[in-house]
Formats: sequence, C-alpha cells, structure tokens
Amino acid sequence: MNTFEIKDLDLYYGENQALKSIELAIPHKQVTAFIGPSGCGKSTLLRTLNRMNDLIAGVTINGQVKMDGADIYADVDVRKLRMRCGMVFQKANPFPMSIYENVAYGQKAQGVKDKKTLDKIVEDALRSAALWNEVKDRLHSHAFGLSGGQQQRLCIARTIAMKPDVILMDEPTSALDPIATARIEELMEDLRKEFTVVIVTHSMAQARRIADKTAFFLMGELVEHGETEQIFTAPKDKRTHGYITGDFG
Amino acid sequence: MFTPDNKDKILTGMIWSAAVLTMGFLIWILFYIVSNGIAYVDWSFITDDYTRTGDEEGIWPMIMATLYMVLLSISIAAPIGIMTAIYLTEYAKPGSKLVKLIRFCTEALAGIPSIVYGLFGMTFFVVALGLGFSILSGALTLAILILPVIIRTTEEAIISVPLSYREASYGLGASRLYTIWRVILPAAMPGIVTSLILSIGRIVGESAPVFLTAGMVARIPDSVFDSGRTLTVHLYMLTTELYTQHDWNMAFATATVLVLLVLAINLITKFITNKFSKATY
Repeated sequence: MNTFEIKDLDLYYGENQALKSIELAIPHKQVTAFIGPSGCGKSTLLRTLNRMNDLIAGVTINGQVKMDGADIYADVDVRKLRMRCGMVFQKANPFPMSIYENVAYGQKAQGVKDKKTLDKIVEDALRSAALWNEVKDRLHSHAFGLSGGQQQRLCIARTIAMKPDVILMDEPTSALDPIATARIEELMEDLRKEFTVVIVTHSMAQARRIADKTAFFLMGELVEHGETEQIFTAPKDKRTHGYITGDFG
Repeated sequence: MFTPDNKDKILTGMIWSAAVLTMGFLIWILFYIVSNGIAYVDWSFITDDYTRTGDEEGIWPMIMATLYMVLLSISIAAPIGIMTAIYLTEYAKPGSKLVKLIRFCTEALAGIPSIVYGLFGMTFFVVALGLGFSILSGALTLAILILPVIIRTTEEAIISVPLSYREASYGLGASRLYTIWRVILPAAMPGIVTSLILSIGRIVGESAPVFLTAGMVARIPDSVFDSGRTLTVHLYMLTTELYTQHDWNMAFATATVLVLLVLAINLITKFITNKFSKATY
C-alpha cells in the first residue's frame, strides 16, 4: 500500500527545471530515504509532498502527486494536507516561545483551547519524541534554552502533536553532533511503527541504517529507487554505483 | 610623504575628527540650551497655566496638547501603517503593480516638506471637512505625515523575521492570520515599537503642520475638537516675540523641556527595544 504516488512530476523555479518527470511511489508506514548530491532536487521533491513550495514565488508544478488516492494539488485543502504531513527541517526551528507552547502550537492553531486536552497532547508528543524526561520540569521555560539536538526533538514533538500520518524530514541531523544524531536515529525506529517517514539525507550511512526504501536523485532526475539493501549492494544504474562508492558527489 | 602608512594615519585622523565634530555639536547644542534654560524650569513652570497677559507663564496646557496630539496621531496612524506593512509583506504578490504603487506613494509621501502637509491639512481637514482648527485636524495631518515611517520600518521588521518561523508555522497547518498573529508580529515587535517611538519624536518635533491645523490657542483642550498649542508651536510663538531678557529665558526653558522630552523618548526606545530583543532571541 502506498501513501504517496507521484506521476510525471515536473517542477520549475522560474525557467530552471529542478525536477524532471519524477515517477515514484512512497509506501505506507515505511521509511523512505532520498539521497543524492547537493542540488539534485531531493529537498525540492520532499517539499512538494506538503506543498511547502507554495511559499516560494515563481514555482511551477506539472504532473500529479496523490496522497491516499487524492490529488494534493487539486482535491486537498493545503492546511489539512500539512496537518497530515508534518515536516521537520534541516535546522531546528522552534518558535521563540516556551517548550509547552511550541508543542501545543499546531493544536492551538486549529482552535483547541481545553487545557487538559492540550496538556495530554503535549505530554504524549514529548514522550513520543523521547524528550519528556529531559524537559518535564521546565515545560514553561524558553525553547531556545535547549541544546541543538533537544531543539530538533522538540520540533519532532511539535509535528507529532498534530497526529499526522506522514513525517517529512529534510536533513534533520545535518546540523547535529554524532551523539544527538544517534538519538534522533533511535527515535526514528519508534516513529516508523506509527508514521510514514520520508527523509532527505546527505549521509549514505544514515540512509542505510534507517531506511527501508531508498531513492537516488541526480540533477533533477530520479535515477533509481528500490529496497535500501539493493540500492547499496546491487545498484542497477552505473551512476548510482558511482555515487555510493564515492566517485562523485 | 604619502606612504601607505602615512595615508592610513591621515585617513584615521580625518574619520576621528568627523566623529568628534558630530558628537561635539550635539553636546554643544544640548549644553547651550539646557544651561540657558534649566534655571527657569521649576515645578510651577511645568504645572502652571498660560495667559496672554503674562500673569501665568507655565507650559501645562502645551504639555497636555502635545500629549493629546501624540496619542491621537499614533492611534490613527499605527493601525493603518502596521496593517499596510502586513499586507505588503505577507499578502501581496511580491513585485505586483499594486505593491509598486503603494511603495511609490509611501516614498513620495516621505519626501514632501512638512509645511505642505500643513497646507493640505488646513484646506482639507480644517476647512473642507469642517473640523476647524482642532487637535483632531492636527492629529489627522500628522498621522499622514508619520505613516510612511511606520509602514517602512514595520515592513523591514516583518521581512527580517526568519523564514524558518513561517515555514514551521505553515508546516503545522496554521492559517496565515494565525501565523501573522502568533509568530510574525511578536518577532517583529521590537522593530514596530521602535518605529512608533520614532514617530512620537516626529510628532513632538513638528511645528508648521501643527499650527496650520490645530491652531495655537494656549489652553488645555477639552475634547479633540478643541484647538490647542503643542510645545513646539509654543516655542515658535515665543521666539516671534523676543523683546526682553525674560522672553529669552522663557523660550530657553521651553526648549529645555522639549529637548529633555525628546532625549527621554530616545532612551525609552533603546530600553524597550533591548528588552524586547532579549525576550525574543
């Protein structure tokens, strides 16, 4: 069963074509990794899945992206789409508010006001993001007082609090040290049980450790995708082979 | 003679003297005004009424008129200015014709000499709308005068809010209004507060557009439909009738209060901006 089905997708930044006729299915409740060198279009594709590219002026999209059978560029309300597809960004970007307010933000934006409901959602989300024990005594202190790794887990908690189906991660550990990275990867072991996860990563080792499926991009083209193990041990395309063995990129 | 080393020394010297000269002028003017005026600023000078016969020479009515003028102008201009800035940055398509037109208008407005605003205010608000010489006419005129400043500075403050906050908020499915209200405006608040306080300084400092629209009757206005005389207009009036040493003293005393007021506004701006910056970042 597939969460996303991408058909013949082209994307242009102005005149510049960033994605070229992408065909890809992203399976339900699995971790899919997008790999490839800088500028290959992997982040751009991730951002078409929750229509984050809408925020950028001059983007043109042709083709179709279906989520659970519905065309997200035609039949789906963009705010509902983003509630169902949470996003974690490259650099942890908590709001300049307390830890509690950060996690409750999305629910409050939907008009949830009841304190007990919010308290429960905040606690559950922080537990799911493996942050509860570290912050339970200082929920109302400023989020900027947390370390980089904690801030990134806070952003994951903030996303989980929306009870999404999908979590999109755009190089979530590229700004973190190895220990903080390991904690996030551990966390992803739990997340994969509940969510469809799509992760863009620069680290092939990371893709290999956490992903069920891997897709390799090069200059706006999807070169190859399949089981992670197959991509890394028996790539069919010689460009994939070149990239994973370190010939370029 | 002009070795690179010497050139460097000469240039450093020039820059240094320029800085000292600027500071020197400020200190000189401040010292000159305050030293000539402070002796005549006492409690009764500040709280007394003012009569044309010279029985009472206090500036209380002017302080009240100035206060009314500031409050009313800001409450008219701030909502319009801030909403315009929000429209320009968050709603309008960047580079659209309407945006360019609004930008052109604000820039043109900012370049018009203030007495021209006074003339406009007098013919439009005072005469055509029949508001008469009143605090309201004056405040409406000053509101137009400070609008470009508020729009421009608020716009810059909003633009400097990191894109990552917007992404985070929209990424959670929040609406545009909620994002503006909960994330963008709070983060832009230091800049907005600074622009408002700079505008207050401008309102306190203007004379020509004020006496052309709010009149120059020295009394405490009972309502916004009454005329009034602000501190700056008062100083202007005093300087047109300088006959005795006493007249000079009163003028310098008024100038001292004005200068200290503007200085206080600047310090408050710095304080509030610092406080806000620490709270948000």
